[in-house]
Amino acid sequence: MSDDTIISFDKVNKWFGDFHVLRDIDVLVAKGERIVICGPSGSGKSTLIRCINRLEAHQKGTIIVDGIELIDDLKNIDSIRSEVGMVFQSFNLFPHMTVKDNLVIGQYLVRRVPKSEAEEIAMTYLERVKISDQADKYPAQLSGGQQQRVAIARSLCMKPKIMLFDEVTSALDPEMVKEVLDVMVDLAQEGMTMLVVTHEMGFARTVADRVIFMDEGQIIEENTPDAFFDNPASERAQNFIGQVLHHL
Amino acid sequence: MEPILAPFKMPQPAPYQSKGLLGWLRINFFSSWFNSLITLVLIYIIFNLANFLIHWAFINAVWFGDSAKSCPDINAACWAFVTDRWRLFVYGLYPNELYWRVNIVYALAALTIISFLYSYGRWTKYFRITMIIIFPITAYIFLVGDAFDLKYVAPEEFGGLLLTLVIASIAILGSIPLGLILALGRTSDLKVISKVCTYFIEFWRGVPHIVIIVMFVALLPIFIPDGAGIDVVVRAFIAFAAFNSAYMAEVFRGGLQSIPIGQFEASRAIGMSYWKMMGYIILPQAIRNSIPALMNTCIMIFKETTIVMLIGFSDLLGIIQLSLESSDWIVPPHIFSSAYTFAALIYFIFTFGMSKYSRRLENRSNIEQQ
Repeated sequence: MSDDTIISFDKVNKWFGDFHVLRDIDVLVAKGERIVICGPSGSGKSTLIRCINRLEAHQKGTIIVDGIELIDDLKNIDSIRSEVGMVFQSFNLFPHMTVKDNLVIGQYLVRRVPKSEAEEIAMTYLERVKISDQADKYPAQLSGGQQQRVAIARSLCMKPKIMLFDEVTSALDPEMVKEVLDVMVDLAQEGMTMLVVTHEMGFARTVADRVIFMDEGQIIEENTPDAFFDNPASERAQNFIGQVLHHL
Repeated sequence: MEPILAPFKMPQPAPYQSKGLLGWLRINFFSSWFNSLITLVLIYIIFNLANFLIHWAFINAVWFGDSAKSCPDINAACWAFVTDRWRLFVYGLYPNELYWRVNIVYALAALTIISFLYSYGRWTKYFRITMIIIFPITAYIFLVGDAFDLKYVAPEEFGGLLLTLVIASIAILGSIPLGLILALGRTSDLKVISKVCTYFIEFWRGVPHIVIIVMFVALLPIFIPDGAGIDVVVRAFIAFAAFNSAYMAEVFRGGLQSIPIGQFEASRAIGMSYWKMMGYIILPQAIRNSIPALMNTCIMIFKETTIVMLIGFSDLLGIIQLSLESSDWIVPPHIFSSAYTFAALIYFIFTFGMSKYSRRLENRSNIEQQ
């Protein structure tokens, strides 16, 4: 494990009841690395990244994030969560607050940034995702693509070291996928450590350093995106890529 | 294949028949000969009913008088009964010379309600918080007294509308926070807390209210020897707050369950603690979603205060009944209908106000969520 490792999974196992959802997962992520995780549904890819900010707790093995081992200790969970941003498939913006307040509330409550300063930071990030003109609207008044960009800005406001993206374009109408991916590409170019669960192969080829292919709770294959998509080694990956390509 | 191009169509005005008052009447009341017939029959019935009501309640009614003899006409309302005894209805058995104290409390109550009805710019929040803190304290001081040179008035002497309002306020304002705590407890991950809250709720919800009231008032002193030291009215208040909190808890639990799991996950992913997540993200939404059911429960509580009659208190309904049995008014049964119409009207005014207010709250949250 080198010095710039920021996430390490060592023989991580997890069960949902009797269902063995993660089986002996070993992953090392270096600072600034962009990793795309793909695989058929139910393969455990979402569970894997949800273990990183402990929305799911693993039962066996060790996960170390930014030098802190994840165990059942409240303090250590909160400090990890403030380092790790997460964006969800269903946006999960707070519907009772304006867009700006969605960005302010976390800074104010968790990072204890004074309100006026938090508002400035919020506006900066809203500008970055090109949506500052919607700051005083409520989430329900925005389109899916806009909501997802607000969600990304909300995570970035917390100044995370790691960003997790859980199928963030899957719930969007096709014409809105690009605007969200553009924001993520920008972010990748700035050197953010990113773990992205997605089937967007174009995105993977543009930004990913590495693709991890999972099936039935295991990592089946790891490779550079070009090598993985052009010449998948395992039969499962070949089948999967065949199905994804067929759809496109 | 050659593309088939459809010409672009400009928007057109709606057909004439569906617009204007006549169009509206036609569509809603006279769309077919059968509907027209029903409309005419209903108009006839409504006209006759209204005619009777106006004659009964206004034209033939007796407005003033001091005994049943003033109201000889059995086909007319006898508001004399109400105007003769309104002091009793409004103040109960509160000492005559101390009515001003009750008036101050009524005025403060009105002020508190007003603070919630309108917006006062940036002072709104402070105004409301001040009123909600000051009102119960001053109300207690003025009503019960025994402080600041105010003469002590035993809660047993409350009655009429005053008692109804006091019980309803305590039951509603007491059961909302208690119910919120119970709902949070019941949905808690900690098994022990969850179980305790669940059984607490199930117990209070499962026992008839009359049983609870009687138990608290009559049997508590037997089980807890010191219980007799607690004022009987206070015991009734506690009973009301306790069993209504069980209903409130279920209302809030429904609200909590309406919040998508993603809201919890997003809050936790940002790093919020449980209480910050609940206080800023989950509860504001859950309470808003609970408003219709919450108001339903409040209205139920308000009307159910009448069961204190069973343990010998004279709330508004009780004091009206007592007055009907007084020697001046005892004979003719047609006064009953006037008296109960009056009672119904008073209860309706309050519950209708509550339901209007809840509709406003709902509309306001709908604007935000479109």
